[in-house]
Amino acid sequence: MKHVISVLVENKVGVLSRITGLFSGRGFNIESLAVGETEDTNISRMTIVVSGDDSILEQVRKQLGKVVDTIKVTDYTGTDYVERNLILIKVSALPGKRNEIIELVDVFRGKIIDVGQKDMIVEISGPEDRLEAVLNLLRPYGIKEVARTGRIAMNRGPK
Amino acid sequence: MEKTGSQILIDALKKENVEYIFGLPGGVVIPLFDTLFDYSDLKFILTRHEQAAGHAADGYARATGKVGVCLVTSGPGATNLTTAIATAYMDSIPMVAITGQVKTHLIGSDAFQEADVTGITRPISKHNYLVKNIKELGTVIKEAFYIASTGRPGPVVVDLPVDVTTDKWDGDIHEEINLPGYKPSYEGNIRQIKIAAEAINRSKRPVIYAGGGVILSNSSEQLIELAEKANLPVNTTLLALGVFPEDNEKALGMIGMHGTVPANYTVHEADLLIAIGARFDDRITGKIDEFAPCAKIIHIDIDPTSISKNIRVDIPVVGDANNILTELIKHVNYAERKEWFEKIAEWKKKYRLSYDNTSDVVKPQYVVEQICEATKGEAIITTEVGQNQMWAAQYYTYTNPRSFLSSGGLGTMGFGFPAAIGAQLGCPDKIVIDIAGDGSIQMNIQELSTVVKYKLPVKIAILNNGYLGMVRQWQELFYNKKYAHTLLDGNPDFVQVAKAYGADGFLVEKKEDVRPVIEKAISIDGPVVIDFRVDPEENVFPMIPAGQTISQVKGVELI
Repeated sequence: MKHVISVLVENKVGVLSRITGLFSGRGFNIESLAVGETEDTNISRMTIVVSGDDSILEQVRKQLGKVVDTIKVTDYTGTDYVERNLILIKVSALPGKRNEIIELVDVFRGKIIDVGQKDMIVEISGPEDRLEAVLNLLRPYGIKEVARTGRIAMNRGPK
Repeated sequence: MEKTGSQILIDALKKENVEYIFGLPGGVVIPLFDTLFDYSDLKFILTRHEQAAGHAADGYARATGKVGVCLVTSGPGATNLTTAIATAYMDSIPMVAITGQVKTHLIGSDAFQEADVTGITRPISKHNYLVKNIKELGTVIKEAFYIASTGRPGPVVVDLPVDVTTDKWDGDIHEEINLPGYKPSYEGNIRQIKIAAEAINRSKRPVIYAGGGVILSNSSEQLIELAEKANLPVNTTLLALGVFPEDNEKALGMIGMHGTVPANYTVHEADLLIAIGARFDDRITGKIDEFAPCAKIIHIDIDPTSISKNIRVDIPVVGDANNILTELIKHVNYAERKEWFEKIAEWKKKYRLSYDNTSDVVKPQYVVEQICEATKGEAIITTEVGQNQMWAAQYYTYTNPRSFLSSGGLGTMGFGFPAAIGAQLGCPDKIVIDIAGDGSIQMNIQELSTVVKYKLPVKIAILNNGYLGMVRQWQELFYNKKYAHTLLDGNPDFVQVAKAYGADGFLVEKKEDVRPVIEKAISIDGPVVIDFRVDPEENVFPMIPAGQTISQVKGVELI
């Protein structure tokens, strides 16, 4: 089962490799990773998607907590939270096809952020399945390039 | 007052009551050594290899309970030290390792003797630092000692660029430790402790499985009190030997692959296993699915990651063993458990550790027994790794904690001799003996220079069988006696080697010479090497093959 884990860490040199090194060293599998500063610039949040059974996840959480620079580990799975991914898609868009693509992207509340002679860049954010749906719909037009962020997540309600 | 980084470092070390620094100088640490040379109250012990400096600091820490300190140069100095850091990490030994680094502006340029030390040591240390600014230095050293010695102890590496040691600063050093994410829990949860006590009180066939954590938390007395008050038999791991006196009738000896049959049988038949400061290593459990099959498991450990890592635990208690045992003792009652103890007594009678001592050949077990008798079980024994280590564990009767120092987790050959150096400096009144193999001793034999230079009366008992013995044993038992590269037919004359370094050396080839030579070596106030020519194909038994259970034990007839 996939778990979305948020790790608050001290914003220090080498902390990213401490965390990723722990995953590779212990044979845990990172499916996605997103890192950025929080409201406090001394603290970064790492959002990690990891899969495994309960005993593996228990170890993942404990091992993350053991890192000296780790301040807090939260497993969002099973709680009330929102999650987002962002994807940029460069899709082939010859003049005759442009409107079709724009309409399609609109349905998914996406944006066209660049238009070239033969292609456009589409930006979509949302949960994983929405991104997959858009990718599938755009594939027939010819996808030239894809860039996506890792997943980020946040609990609903007060902090 | 304006101070250089070197002075700040040394003042910080003095504040931590550091007595000895083990190490070896090199290019980037010249300014640091230049300053250190002027401080007479901080003794520097020059080893002949950085790995030995690390093991010596480790041995000092194991023998005294204090933080061991080592100091080496950048690049190869630091990479040589890594085996010692990993050794200390696997056995949770408090150590601060200081490594020189190239100038801050050269970091990353592949400078001469540069290595990414924080990168290399990240997975083998509890924590590490690269100090890039003199203002941080004092605080980093304070944090390093704090992290190394608290919670589950371990080695902390401080990588120190040369320009930080030569910079000058007159600011105040932050005395306050600010580690928001590091809060080891010391007090065990009282409810869990009571649940554990109830389980003990209800159990009919309980057994304690005590590990190195009991020694690290200085809980030997509490362990004995718990065993006496609740009437519990006690197994110890390799690293815990001595934490429960082996001459106590409740002692079952060592558990695991080369443990005693009674120790392994009790775990196999127990209805309650009380693990204290132990981590269910594969050398203990063998086949994990059949380990303690009938038992509920209580696990007392300061490291939450140890709980339910290898085996599902029923009653976890996270915290310092010393506090938890003190509390636990209050809630347990005495129970006779007549049937259980009768069974144990029978096992102990049937399955005594034994070997065939009828021939004239010198048996390695006999040598260890004689060392034990000659030192009245009061020496500090260090070991290398392999057969020598197992015989030293099996045939010496340990009655005090911190009297058996061995690389358990990493299994580092070459550990015992330098560890003995650290132990001897930490415990100058003790007899310190490294029980070695002819293979292992050659991994750090250059340290004979160190013991001669500092006049350390460390004794080295080489159980010389002319093989990498433990590997040869596996080849004999599991690989049709195909002794692939385990014959050490190029061994030197160890007596001559000892003499060349300025130490004493004796050769023992006859059984009747074993005891007198041991006595003689002990009476000499200086380092001595004894080359015991032992039975080349003697095996360590009992042996539960890797991944199996006590029912498949080799070398013992199960009745």
